[in-house]
Amino acid sequence: MSGLLKSSIGRKFAMALSALFLMFFLLQHFAINILSVFSADAFNEASHFMGTFWAVQYLLQPVLIFGVVFHFVMGFVLEIKNKQARQVSYAKNNGAANSSWMSRNMIYSGLFILIFIVIHFIDFWIPELNVKYIQGDMSGLHNGEFRYFHELQEKFLPMWRVALYCLGFVFLALHLLHGFNSAFQSVGANNKYTKGLKGISKVYAIGLPLGFIFIALFHHFNH
Amino acid sequence: MGSMNLTLKIWRQKNANDKGKMVDYKVNDISPDMSFLEMLDVLNEQLINNGDEPVAFDHDCREGICGMCSLYINGEAHGPDREVTTCQLHMRMFKDGDTIFIEPFRAKAFPVVKDLIVDRSSFDRIQHAGGFISVNTSGNTIDANATPVNKADADKAFEAATCIGCGACVATCKNSSAMLFVGAKVSQFALLPQGQVEATDRVLNMVKQMDEEGFGNCTNTGACEVECPKGISLENIARMNTEFLKASLKG
Repeated sequence: MSGLLKSSIGRKFAMALSALFLMFFLLQHFAINILSVFSADAFNEASHFMGTFWAVQYLLQPVLIFGVVFHFVMGFVLEIKNKQARQVSYAKNNGAANSSWMSRNMIYSGLFILIFIVIHFIDFWIPELNVKYIQGDMSGLHNGEFRYFHELQEKFLPMWRVALYCLGFVFLALHLLHGFNSAFQSVGANNKYTKGLKGISKVYAIGLPLGFIFIALFHHFNH
Repeated sequence: MGSMNLTLKIWRQKNANDKGKMVDYKVNDISPDMSFLEMLDVLNEQLINNGDEPVAFDHDCREGICGMCSLYINGEAHGPDREVTTCQLHMRMFKDGDTIFIEPFRAKAFPVVKDLIVDRSSFDRIQHAGGFISVNTSGNTIDANATPVNKADADKAFEAATCIGCGACVATCKNSSAMLFVGAKVSQFALLPQGQVEATDRVLNMVKQMDEEGFGNCTNTGACEVECPKGISLENIARMNTEFLKASLKG
């Protein structure tokens, strides 16, 4: 098994597994975020639970960080290896004739998502780590009230951040439009269900980023 | 439709070490009923008559079976038509006055020998690594129908076996991956009872050889399946992935 990552198929499989994990994480992230549209209290409760429950913080969070880092590092490694596999490029190449733009530009959509994640971490994750683990305040309170919902609203006040987040989600949609189905193909699932899965993949790849965009816009215009 | 006058932009390279370049040629009075290779024959006759070096290109059966012809035509392996090899491509797919780019299949694992001819022996080495079954045929050959095979599996194995190993999948793939070829060669046996005995070693050895040859990694763009002259399905890559993982777990 240790040699698995040395083979092309092993790396492909690992890429797909991290992708499936990240897609599941996105769904969970969305489920909590959408609460903020319906109820500030519910959002606060869920945020506090996720932010303080030991299994989430010390087990799932490290797995998530590993998953994110692995996915983009492996993405770059594969891109470099694949570039090396063709040393003289074609004078004329008609890629659009046989494949989707999304599938040929995963490295660019991925790169933009990576930039987005860095900004997202600076916006939310690093301040959270600072409050909880450096200042040691695990109460989740600010002036006697849960701070999460207010912090969220504040972040989405500046238009530039809302625009940047929306752009990030557009690239996420492009990445998922190829990535969702691709992950299943990579783990070897190509069968009579593949057609149906393609439908689900479109719903997920477009619906989920649209949902995130909706949440960002909602908080920008309702505060 | 009358005859066509065309501008050809062709990759010329004296030998494996030459740097090579695109060179422009004109051909006139090309019949739309000609095959693409016949059009190149016309060009070569013209070159020979002028005392120039003809364009070297691979071809053999000229009926889409041998897998010898190649060519990257106007940015697509085997040209703009679907499920045909270059020898089956008709000039009626082009218009009078067109400029046609003609390049060799490009991949580190397919080095150019001369002009449009590439060395595809990396495919042979992958086949040697496991693309076979070992059957003792010394006097006690078993009847072909003695082992029953499920019809659906037999059909899928047959479809995989139609791969002619031309290398269009590699040429088309933005990553120069050979996974459609290897997937087809693995599947062809993995689906049949006769292939089970050596299944574990087969997939491990063939994938190892594929990686050693310097092919890239598949990212599921699906371009190979579209450009494949035999319409080999991506399903074969998925099957190879499962076969490989099963084999890796066995050790």
